[in-house]
Amino acid sequence: MAKIIVDGIEVDVPPDYTLLQAAEAAGAEVPRFCFHERLSIAGNCRMCLVEVKGGPPKPTASCAMNVRDLRPGPNGEPPVMLTKSPMVKKAREGVMEFLLINHPLDCPICDQGGECDLQDQAMAYGVDKNRFAENKRAVEDKHIGPLVKTSMNRCIHCTRCVRFTTEVAGISELGLIGRGEDAEITTYLEKALSSELQGNVIDLCPVGALTSKPYAFQARPWELTKTESIDVMDAVGSNIRVDTRGREVMRVLPRLNEAVNEEWISDKTRFIWDGLRTQRLDRPYLRVDGRLKAVSWAEAFAAIADRVNATSASKIGAISGDLAAVEELFALKALIASLGSANLDSRQDGAKLDPALGRASYVFNPTIAGIEQADAILIVGANPRKEASVLNARIRKRWRAGNVRIGVIGEHVDLTYPHDYLGAGPETLGEIAAGKGSFGEILANAKRPIVIVGQGALSRDDGKAVLAAAAAITSAPGRDEGWNGLAVLHTAASRVGALDVGFVPAEGGLDVAGMVSAAGQGALDVLFLLGADEIDTTSLGSTFVVYIGTHGDAGAHRADVILPAAAYTEKSGTFVNTEGRVQIANRAGFPPGDAREDWAILRALSDVLGHKLPFDSLGELRKALYAAHPHFAAVDTVRAGDIADVAALASAGGSLGWAAFANPIHDFYLTNPIARASAIMAECSALAAGQLAAAAE
Amino acid sequence: MSVRRLASEQPESFTLSPENLAWAEKQLLKFPEGKQASAVIPLLWRIQEQEGWVSEPAIRWVGEYLDMAYIRVLEVATFYTMFLLAPVGKKAHIQVCGTTPCMLRGANKLIDRCRERIHPEPFHVSADGSLSWEEVECLGACVNAPMLQIVPDTYEDLTVETLDKLIDDIEAGRPIKPGPQIERHHSAPVGGFRALTTPELYDGSMVGQGAGLAAAREAIAARAAAAEEAARVAANPAPAEPPVAPAVKAQGEADKEKVPNQVNQTVPASDPAVRPDAAKKE
Repeated sequence: MAKIIVDGIEVDVPPDYTLLQAAEAAGAEVPRFCFHERLSIAGNCRMCLVEVKGGPPKPTASCAMNVRDLRPGPNGEPPVMLTKSPMVKKAREGVMEFLLINHPLDCPICDQGGECDLQDQAMAYGVDKNRFAENKRAVEDKHIGPLVKTSMNRCIHCTRCVRFTTEVAGISELGLIGRGEDAEITTYLEKALSSELQGNVIDLCPVGALTSKPYAFQARPWELTKTESIDVMDAVGSNIRVDTRGREVMRVLPRLNEAVNEEWISDKTRFIWDGLRTQRLDRPYLRVDGRLKAVSWAEAFAAIADRVNATSASKIGAISGDLAAVEELFALKALIASLGSANLDSRQDGAKLDPALGRASYVFNPTIAGIEQADAILIVGANPRKEASVLNARIRKRWRAGNVRIGVIGEHVDLTYPHDYLGAGPETLGEIAAGKGSFGEILANAKRPIVIVGQGALSRDDGKAVLAAAAAITSAPGRDEGWNGLAVLHTAASRVGALDVGFVPAEGGLDVAGMVSAAGQGALDVLFLLGADEIDTTSLGSTFVVYIGTHGDAGAHRADVILPAAAYTEKSGTFVNTEGRVQIANRAGFPPGDAREDWAILRALSDVLGHKLPFDSLGELRKALYAAHPHFAAVDTVRAGDIADVAALASAGGSLGWAAFANPIHDFYLTNPIARASAIMAECSALAAGQLAAAAE
Repeated sequence: MSVRRLASEQPESFTLSPENLAWAEKQLLKFPEGKQASAVIPLLWRIQEQEGWVSEPAIRWVGEYLDMAYIRVLEVATFYTMFLLAPVGKKAHIQVCGTTPCMLRGANKLIDRCRERIHPEPFHVSADGSLSWEEVECLGACVNAPMLQIVPDTYEDLTVETLDKLIDDIEAGRPIKPGPQIERHHSAPVGGFRALTTPELYDGSMVGQGAGLAAAREAIAARAAAAEEAARVAANPAPAEPPVAPAVKAQGEADKEKVPNQVNQTVPASDPAVRPDAAKKE
């Protein structure tokens, strides 16, 4: 530890701390543009200048100098740093004046206005007059894709965007060309960015040079209501802030959570909001003579009650979708159980995950933050870049730290970091599990290995055997005490929560495939779809389908009754991410028209069906939920799975098939009903498809 | 300096000549595995030697050859002004130095001549496509100002007339002579040397003849004699007083009187004898 005196306060910090970090440790605020905690140090904006004693006799960039670089005084006094001295003030004012020489004074028409670092810091260090009589420089705006809007006159060349795309996103596409006054940020020949994390450069840009294209000129930050919530686009459970004006969601921003998403979110999370406005189901519908007709809630419920009362319990089924919160899953499960049916399932893709095998068998046991402790990573049947982009950035972060080998079994994909491609199918997994090959040896000798098993490897006939093989690798002897490396990577936000509440077939019940084929054969009379759109809705035969959901997607097209529900920004709901972390999404607005929160729909329906659910409010529902499953009450924590379950799973074994693993997600931008309703996502999808076609040529 | 962009018209493709490719492969061996991107500047430079300029397909070729992102190569190519991003004259690209020493010695006239004879604008090829020009910053031949560079040589001590002749020769395909374009050997003084011109200094006749040399020899001999004397005295410590001492002391006293500004340390500084001029003023 090294001592340093910051503005008269002595602090003890590690010697490899930068002066900026030491200043923060002492509570002194240092302005900065180019410095960012999660990116490499550039030291080119010069805004963080401080005065030091025991170092150079000139203003020093505090982000780029370590505490250990400073000499102690003649009698061993600690070095001194001043962050508020007249010299510092003058130096920063000089830097600010230079920055403003070429920065346009277009704050009134700039989307960054109100949340602009330059604007804020100019209030402290700006001068009111411009001594620069020449023309300001003019730079052409660059086209870098449908998501990020550029206004390059405003760029102050901090290069945060270049460092982010290169280091975190892993695509070397943005660059700083030219030099000095003529430097410009661009992509190569203005090609669109291809990263799934590109939206983060909007947050990183300290000025208005990179802004959100869909959000352009939509709102000002001070007129938005901010609601802290949880994302449901993938199973990472990124922490987000939903900004609303009136009832409409205007934008989605990331929220800091070191354990989950750090401060990044994927583009799907960020730009999904236009999908929340289109294709919405805003009133109940009933299919009359083959056509959907708008009806009242009472008429819709009566139609359902007729059908339910006319059939036997075993001919009723329920399938839940990927965006359902735990509350409605709990309510629907209770309703189906009270109707006497055993047919319910949440695994639309048919993944061979069973809550009876213990929680450790279906969550990402090492946790997302735990990826940084791994010494070998094997990815089986998954493309984390598309299935969980933010998690992929974490794996890339681990790779950048060095001393890790990453192997992939499954499709050959670009993960943004180098990896060993081992093979396409289960036979390779079997060899690796047996310790064969160089990667098998690495894995066998690893202390903290992680085996990431994707839904592509689990939603097959041999899914259970694949899971057992993965468990066998992670639970082999020689692992660190308490290290559980079995990592199931989910793609659906609701899946872990559904498995936690046991939304799987009860004794003798049908699973998703069973229900769909039963419906096709006429053996199922009533099927409840709780936002389930990823099943084959065309082969449901003449079954009476009740769709509870938000968007006019596949499920609603097939439905006989549509009950309009609330999307994830319109309800308070519990979501459990892939690592088993319980998080609560808050309501940022109200659902459109007659739509209601899902649990309330189910509660009202249960009354009509004569099986009244025992709760009248969300609070009561949660009370019942917490009584049945206490771990949901521990919000923001992960209840660790039992490592013994993994060992038991490993011993289960099973015979592996031959077919190659196929990844579940091929179009990153169109994975759920909300995304499919979004024009922005459609544009991104078309662009990505075009880029793929160009790459294949 | 100005904004540097890729030329609007680009060739279809780029290939490095077999000799240059062999050279490039050797360059890669200079760098550790995985660090081959360090070879980007030599490679671009060699491409410019081959093609005269760096084209967009060439940038892509380098990116693929060195396993770098294209934008990283573009960053380097646009950063260094030595890389020419547009086609240049087939016979020569003339880089006229316009920095202060050359400017004082008439570089502006050379630039004006280039405007007249090649193209009114820099980086534009002449009507027949054989020449182009640009103004560059100091090329480090200020002693031969004004000068210009046609890679890889420099042409110095120019006048408008010699520049005309140079351009004529290039256009006609006649060989041109690098270096000073006047009677001058490299950066040696114009019109010959003016100091240390005595021929005897260089013919060897002065060796051992200088007065200083004789004095030095005498001093060395005296020192050797004194050392010999001291050794002899140490061997026979007979006389109580060195025989030379009184003479030396007397000489010292005599010298003291000769030196006018030596101050007598035994009297106070206020004594008028110490500062006779101050007394005079009063």
